Amino acid sequence: MGTVEHAKAAGRFIADEPRTNWHDETLWFVRQKRDHAASLLNGWEELRERASQIKNHVLSNLDQYLIQFEKNAIANGAIIHWAADAEEHNQIVHGIIKNAGVTRLVKSKSMLTEECHLNHFLSGQGIEVVDTDLGERIVQFRKEPPSHIVLPAIHLKKQDVSETFHEHLHTEKGNNDPNYLTGAARQHLRNEFIQSKVAITGVNFAVAETGGIVVCTNEGNADMGVHAAKIHIACMGIEKIIPKAGDLSVFLRLLARSATGQPITTYSSHFHRPDKEKQLHIVIVDNGRTQQLGRPDFRNSLKCIRCGACFNTCPVYRRSGGHSYHNAVAGPIGSILAPNIDMRKNADLPFASTLCGSCSNVCPVKIDIHDQLWKWRQILVKEGHVAMGKKIMMQSMAFLLSRPKLYRFAGKWGRKIMQSVPILVSNKLNPWYKQREMPEPPKQSFNEWYKQNKK
Amino acid sequence: MKIGLFIPCYIDQFYPQVGIASLQLLEKMGCKVFFPLDQTCCGQPMANSGFAHLTETCNTLFIDHFKDVDYIVCPSGSCTLHIKEHLIDDGRPALADRVRHQVFELSEFFTDILKVEKLDAFFPYKVGFHSSCHGQRGLGVSSMSERMLPYFSKPESLLQKVKGIQLSTPNRSDECCGFGGTFCVFEEAVSVKMGKDRVMEHEANDVDYITAVDMSCLMHLEGILKRKGSKIKTIHLAEILNSK
Amino acid sequence: MNSREKILKDIVANKPVLTELTDWVAPKSIQSTTLVGDFEKLLVSLHSKVNHLSSKNDLLKEVDELRAQYPFVIDTIHAEGEPRKNIQQLDARSLESLDVAIIEGRLGVAENGAIWLTETNMLNRLLPFICKHLVLVIDAENIVADMHEAYKKIRIDEDGYGVFISGPSKTADIEQSLVIGAHGPLTLTVYIISNHS
Repeated sequence: MGTVEHAKAAGRFIADEPRTNWHDETLWFVRQKRDHAASLLNGWEELRERASQIKNHVLSNLDQYLIQFEKNAIANGAIIHWAADAEEHNQIVHGIIKNAGVTRLVKSKSMLTEECHLNHFLSGQGIEVVDTDLGERIVQFRKEPPSHIVLPAIHLKKQDVSETFHEHLHTEKGNNDPNYLTGAARQHLRNEFIQSKVAITGVNFAVAETGGIVVCTNEGNADMGVHAAKIHIACMGIEKIIPKAGDLSVFLRLLARSATGQPITTYSSHFHRPDKEKQLHIVIVDNGRTQQLGRPDFRNSLKCIRCGACFNTCPVYRRSGGHSYHNAVAGPIGSILAPNIDMRKNADLPFASTLCGSCSNVCPVKIDIHDQLWKWRQILVKEGHVAMGKKIMMQSMAFLLSRPKLYRFAGKWGRKIMQSVPILVSNKLNPWYKQREMPEPPKQSFNEWYKQNKK
Repeated sequence: MKIGLFIPCYIDQFYPQVGIASLQLLEKMGCKVFFPLDQTCCGQPMANSGFAHLTETCNTLFIDHFKDVDYIVCPSGSCTLHIKEHLIDDGRPALADRVRHQVFELSEFFTDILKVEKLDAFFPYKVGFHSSCHGQRGLGVSSMSERMLPYFSKPESLLQKVKGIQLSTPNRSDECCGFGGTFCVFEEAVSVKMGKDRVMEHEANDVDYITAVDMSCLMHLEGILKRKGSKIKTIHLAEILNSK
Repeated sequence: MNSREKILKDIVANKPVLTELTDWVAPKSIQSTTLVGDFEKLLVSLHSKVNHLSSKNDLLKEVDELRAQYPFVIDTIHAEGEPRKNIQQLDARSLESLDVAIIEGRLGVAENGAIWLTETNMLNRLLPFICKHLVLVIDAENIVADMHEAYKKIRIDEDGYGVFISGPSKTADIEQSLVIGAHGPLTLTVYIISNHS
């Protein structure tokens, strides 16, 4: 399966300008809601700093916290599994499902299972996963991946959803009313909830001190699934750990405000012990995280709480759509996580940014996202994941700029050529010129002016 | 106080008037300005493209040229930030460190070091202020819309001292213009779309000029404005502050 | 070496030097005199209905009215003995048509309108999610300013399950248009019981 580079995919996205504008404006509105919510809270910046400190502390003591969590979770009656990579995670989940003897189950939102391509794997084993988050269900019907970690179907218009639901849920053709469409999904998924013996959820936070997990949703789909089912499988990355129950206050105050501008999600569910005669399985997954932990420049990307604020603020993401990032986690955070897993495939992502820095500013746990984008660029080039043309261009540039006389000479003649034969730069092969005019070359450079007037 | 004037390569080649305005402003304020004639580029275009390892000579040249001044002043937030964050010299680490701390973007030099209170400038036009990201979020020349901290803006505070000027801020007060160094050619579609959206907001404010502390943002916006046939012009902050 | 050992070993090899976490006091969020008012304002803004009662006894009248209005109502607050046990045993299928669930909340949070309830309150974990209309009852005395105070007052592992609920279920997954009533309740009504209202 060939991966289309971000720039190219973005070009295709932008070709539909009205839709791009809609996408940009809709996500900008979410960013504004975030700003408003943050501004209402006294001490927002202190809260971010605290969250960052907690996460830094956890990363520096992660093994101990995982052991503590495991011990307490087992004492609570949970069954703990450890998976070194995506494949093992999928095998473990499959094993539990097979034991339960079911071929159909419900799953609420979990970016980890997206990352591990769990649905695809299970479907190969004859097991159908029904995603119950409305946005995820929509993209699942369309056989697309989510385009945003919090708003999975944000790339779609209601007309698209209406067509999809007409096809799969037999809703009225042409009825685009979000209330009507959501109602239809509610009916359809109710049946799934009631029939499912197994429910998979993600994990927002795992509390070492109590051995419990916290899951946040607005729709109530995680709870509907879990409480109706006999078996709850919760999948979490090793970095989801926080030390104490009290730390939840910091993160729950930040999470929803950063994500959507809500003061808190509708449901913040704390699971500690399985219900009578039921099972709670917790799958703890590495899948490249310990490797990222070993990269000092990039380890703090593991602080991420998946709020999506960096997506909403990113001027590039808003104008290129999540699918252009060809990774389970798109946007700025995805662009610093993805190269850790596969440098070759994701070499384009750290370049899908102007390094404007807005992502780092909105991040509730203060990940230096834009600095990491810069650092990934250096590594990717050193590892050879760069187009030859770009390499030659940079080498020539460095050659020229390292030689003051040659630089002045080339500048002078370059400007003269631009003046007399503009077509040499003002042509369609020059990506600058495609939609922009070239700057008008002046007769004199500043250097020349200075020599003439000041020396 | 000896000032080294650091003129980025593209300003040197394409926008000499920005260098001239910067020089004249500094001299008007009584600074002794020294312009190293052999300066070329800070190395940012390579470094931001992942080729920081090719900037060694640029770094050496930069330190050689500016090691004997008290302050290095540059009419570009982006180039200033690059020096501040990435100038290294393995043979002369202490010197590199000193130089990194001596470099200032023009507007922050005026407000923080020279503490300029009055300007003898006149610019009777409607001006839209573009907040350049590296100056703003990198150097902190102004507060940022994402952070819940008190408002301030060093460049705007200077512009407010100009007589006749009518300042306006676009709806999204500090969204990136999309230039982004080589991003502007390797991600051409997104880059242009971002620029077009910035231009549109300034058009809505019916401005005569768009100004910024970074000529690179303005070069990109100028290219879009000209292709559009817009009557809006771009002008560097130094040129406005130096207008009579 | 199994995966558990491998992961833990890799963490030890790769983790940074230990950074200590010092104690921290969150900046105060809300003046305590406005707690109930802020709590109510938040709930209303989050699409919930708020009613005030002057005593818990008045609640029975409200429950009767709900019973007259809806065929299937479960009142966990006043259920005792056999009915209480029955509620605990109901599964999803038998609760599918539940109209109203009435549950007591432990604690309310003024900064976000969230109400904490645990299994002891709900009797059956499904109730607050599967009902069409959720009714939560909270004593005004149990409203705190913010989440920091909330977590000081509750023990999250006291019961096997506990949840903060801050409104009816909702989604904006279609074009960011807010729709109330996703998978959980279509409405949330909160009764605040305070002796001086």
